[in-house]
Amino acid sequence: MFYRENGQFKSSYRADQQIFPIAQDRIAILVLLLVAFVVVPMGVSDYWMRAILTPFLILSLAALGLNILVGYCGQISLGTGAFMAVGAYAAYNFQVRIDGMPLIASLLLGGLCATVIGVLFGIPSLRIKGLYLAVATLAAQFFTDWAFLRIQWFTNNSSSGSVSVAGLNVFGVPIESPVQKYLFCLIFVVVFALLAKNLVRSAIGREWMAMRDMDVAAAVIGIRPVYAKLTAFAVSSFIVGVAGALWGFIHLGAWEPAAFSIDRSFQLLFMVIIGGLGSIMGSFFGAAFIVLLPLFLNQLPGWLGFSISTALASHLETMIFGALIVFFLIVEPHGLARLWSTAKEKLRLWPFPH
Amino acid sequence: MGFFLETLFGGLMVGMLYSLIAIGFVLIYKASGVFNFAQGAMVLFAALAMARFAEWFPLWFGFESLLLANILAFIAAMAVMIVVAWLIERLALSKLVNQEGITLLMATLGIAYFLDGVGQTIFGNDIYKIDVGMPKEPLMVLEGTFPGGLLLSQEDLAAAAVSAALVVVLAIFFQKTATGRALRAVADDHQAAQSIGIPLSRIWVIVWSVAGFSALVAGIIWGSKLGVQFSLSLVALKALPVVILGGLTSIPGAIIGGLLIGVGEKLSEIYLGPMLGGGIEIWFAYVLALVFLLVRPQGLFGEKIIDRV
Repeated sequence: MFYRENGQFKSSYRADQQIFPIAQDRIAILVLLLVAFVVVPMGVSDYWMRAILTPFLILSLAALGLNILVGYCGQISLGTGAFMAVGAYAAYNFQVRIDGMPLIASLLLGGLCATVIGVLFGIPSLRIKGLYLAVATLAAQFFTDWAFLRIQWFTNNSSSGSVSVAGLNVFGVPIESPVQKYLFCLIFVVVFALLAKNLVRSAIGREWMAMRDMDVAAAVIGIRPVYAKLTAFAVSSFIVGVAGALWGFIHLGAWEPAAFSIDRSFQLLFMVIIGGLGSIMGSFFGAAFIVLLPLFLNQLPGWLGFSISTALASHLETMIFGALIVFFLIVEPHGLARLWSTAKEKLRLWPFPH
Repeated sequence: MGFFLETLFGGLMVGMLYSLIAIGFVLIYKASGVFNFAQGAMVLFAALAMARFAEWFPLWFGFESLLLANILAFIAAMAVMIVVAWLIERLALSKLVNQEGITLLMATLGIAYFLDGVGQTIFGNDIYKIDVGMPKEPLMVLEGTFPGGLLLSQEDLAAAAVSAALVVVLAIFFQKTATGRALRAVADDHQAAQSIGIPLSRIWVIVWSVAGFSALVAGIIWGSKLGVQFSLSLVALKALPVVILGGLTSIPGAIIGGLLIGVGEKLSEIYLGPMLGGGIEIWFAYVLALVFLLVRPQGLFGEKIIDRV
């Protein structure tokens, strides 16, 4: 009844091509942004802000980056953690080695370094694909794990490979309290999500999707595979690198290579699968799901009136993750994002489905 | 020289164990085109089952004999692996027929997580030991040839013998039995095999069971060397470059790839490691496989037909 596009006429190409052509969507997004920027900082406890919302935002950003590579361009990657690590350690190096380096600049430069490494490890994708590429990206994962642990230069000669940042501020405003950290991440996420959304609607985005759906046909109609694949690797690892830098700088504050281990890579891949391959919205759904599920599983036995050990809880968590992956691949390969769009379709006809 | 040979030999032994796990990958890929990321989880699961059954059976049935316990535990663990294979086919693979390789790969990733969780829930998550009576004392050979002689581990030799036996058994199974022929037919063409009456679902259960068997053997050997614990499932990540190097469809490739990676890893650690800061074992195999992929994407013995870009 409320979600109708009847009567919304477009009289210019501009109007027809906007990101959200339906007025209700525009209003919904505005309300969502308003809630995220105004209501949440006022009404949510510091614990939630620090332990759930900020990680959720940063992981969404990383999942968004991975989704561009896996979901839009069809290049599977198991090395996301590596690119996050490159972003984080590069940003750290810019921060400590250059006096007066602005925080935002070092985060973005960290992203650029991740881009370089991402393209470097993306080069094999020109000759190999599918599971061979998965192994190639695993090489990136193991190599960076080792490099940041063993090569002292990267960590400014810290012996254990762990580094820390303190006294962050942007334009003189300190980023200290959970609310400030949350807002800082939120701005990044909103900007990058809009950029990504526009990018995948543009010519380059369509090239990626053509490459994903059938690379030979794409090449035949004049899409350059080299260009399409390497740009996907570049854009994806840039976003992932910035997310990694945010994860280190804003969420953790002090970190070591283990923060970006292979488990992180798998976790992000799961977010993309569960959220929806090839969907910007899906990255957020997936991240929310994977961040909230462990919390829910920890609380559930309490609500039901019995208790389980932490070891059992963590095993149950991995079991449920594994089962859900298989479940989603079988039942809904397009993930939670598809459920969302199905719901929207239903709403158009509601309350009189035909 | 003696030291070099010892390193070389150590590398060969580790490589043999990588090969054992890699064979599991190759078997499943050969017969169904699925790249089974869950092989490592299967190794852990099988080894956990074996270790715990060998511990429980004497308690339940009240006997002392270690040999009997091991035999019963082996049979029980194998039965468990067959059930696992059947369940995987039933619940996951049969519903994903005709999907892309990437989807199947991600499904096996999910299966891997699930198996890790289930295995540790049922069998516990401590370090368990498997004692199948492998000789522990090192063996001294060639004392006349080198000063100090060569120190070989009898355990490693026994492991190598078992691996070789497994390979022979698998080769006979694939080449000489009717089931083996059916498996090779399915590998060549699913549809053609189905149309002459080979039941695809049964073949898949058999293949996953055989992979479970090789996982069990690999798990027992690794487990009796290093103890059964979670890190065992990570060893399988080392077997990935082995498969890539040897070629995804070749069992001899898996063996030779394993030996190459094992030797390369140990030698590079000893001779290159000090220059690079040590610990390069972690990535050496991967970078080797990556470089190799760029030169020869199908691996050493893989089939030439590969969907190249």
